[in-house]
Amino acid sequence: MSLRFQRLLLILLTLVIILSAVLLILYNARENVSYFYTPSEIDNLDIAIDEKIRIGGFVENDSFNKISSSSFKFKITDEKASILVTFNGILPDLFREGQGAVIEGTFVDNDIFNATNVFAKHDENYMPASIKEELKDTGYWNKKYK
Amino acid sequence: MMFLVNPSKFNKVADYVFLPALISSIILFSIGLIFAFYLSPDDYQQGSTVRIMYVHVPSAWIALLTYAIMTLYSIAGLAFRIPFGFIINTAVAPIGAVFTLICIISGSLWGKPMWGTWWVWDARLTSVAILFIIYLIIVFMNLSFENRVVREKVIAIFVLVGSINLPIVKFSVDWWNTLHQPATISKLSKPSIDPSMMIPLIIMTFAFVMVGLAIAILRIKTEIISRKSYLS
Repeated sequence: MSLRFQRLLLILLTLVIILSAVLLILYNARENVSYFYTPSEIDNLDIAIDEKIRIGGFVENDSFNKISSSSFKFKITDEKASILVTFNGILPDLFREGQGAVIEGTFVDNDIFNATNVFAKHDENYMPASIKEELKDTGYWNKKYK
Repeated sequence: MMFLVNPSKFNKVADYVFLPALISSIILFSIGLIFAFYLSPDDYQQGSTVRIMYVHVPSAWIALLTYAIMTLYSIAGLAFRIPFGFIINTAVAPIGAVFTLICIISGSLWGKPMWGTWWVWDARLTSVAILFIIYLIIVFMNLSFENRVVREKVIAIFVLVGSINLPIVKFSVDWWNTLHQPATISKLSKPSIDPSMMIPLIIMTFAFVMVGLAIAILRIKTEIISRKSYLS
């Protein structure tokens, strides 16, 4: 084996070893690397009241209630579990029922989550507004797009 | 294909490529920006804000592409003792840094109206921030060592270690829950973007590639001369 291929092998081997080390670290820290928990993950976790966490999911249909001009109540769901959320503040533009959202805050008791921040999550679909109308007219509109 | 590893052959090819790259970047930018601002439709959810994507996504792709090129050339430089690899590293690192910065700023401007925040520490955003820091370290390393031969090797090794970040940037949205949306174009199933938005995105991507290429040619040619004068 020539010297240059020995060097190549050494470099590639080193890269593989460092990469697997980094991935192992990240894999074991995945709960901390993940930006949010889903509502069904929350059930299996031991989260103290007043512990600051983030929950991500969809805003459940027909769950949004406006209590006053800046205080809201809604449910976050991942279709397996749902969590009741209260929020005081300004909601982002994309926030609506059926839309993905990430909320930051604390559980005030076992069932109610008090949000301090609400972020709207955007999905990977891009579609012109005119096509939405067309799809609605022809009945091909997928409710999940909302 | 020897011009990819041989400086004097690269100089010859570069002289043919430079002007076409510059002119086509001007043409593609004019067409692409007209498409992006006037001819492409509003998104059904994001409205006009979707137009930020035509700058954000190409610059993100080029930031990653530049680093991938640097990784290959670092292997060539270290394993096969091809000095042109070190020249490329020095020349293109600032280009990658600038495109990463454009990506971060444009993404931030999109995030405020859409997500409701300029910045969050989720896996995708954090790994891109690390990519930017790695680029900056390479740029500063280029300015730091007195001995050019030592500096080149240290930078090449650093580029290789930093290349571990590349798969993390790419797959962060699949491996962990992130606020950033997953890939639209580069996924196995059909891209979930309408053709009327895909076309301006592709034109803008080629425009960015061409302007990057033109700047890279200038910087590489300068770097070839400065390395030659250092060694002689």
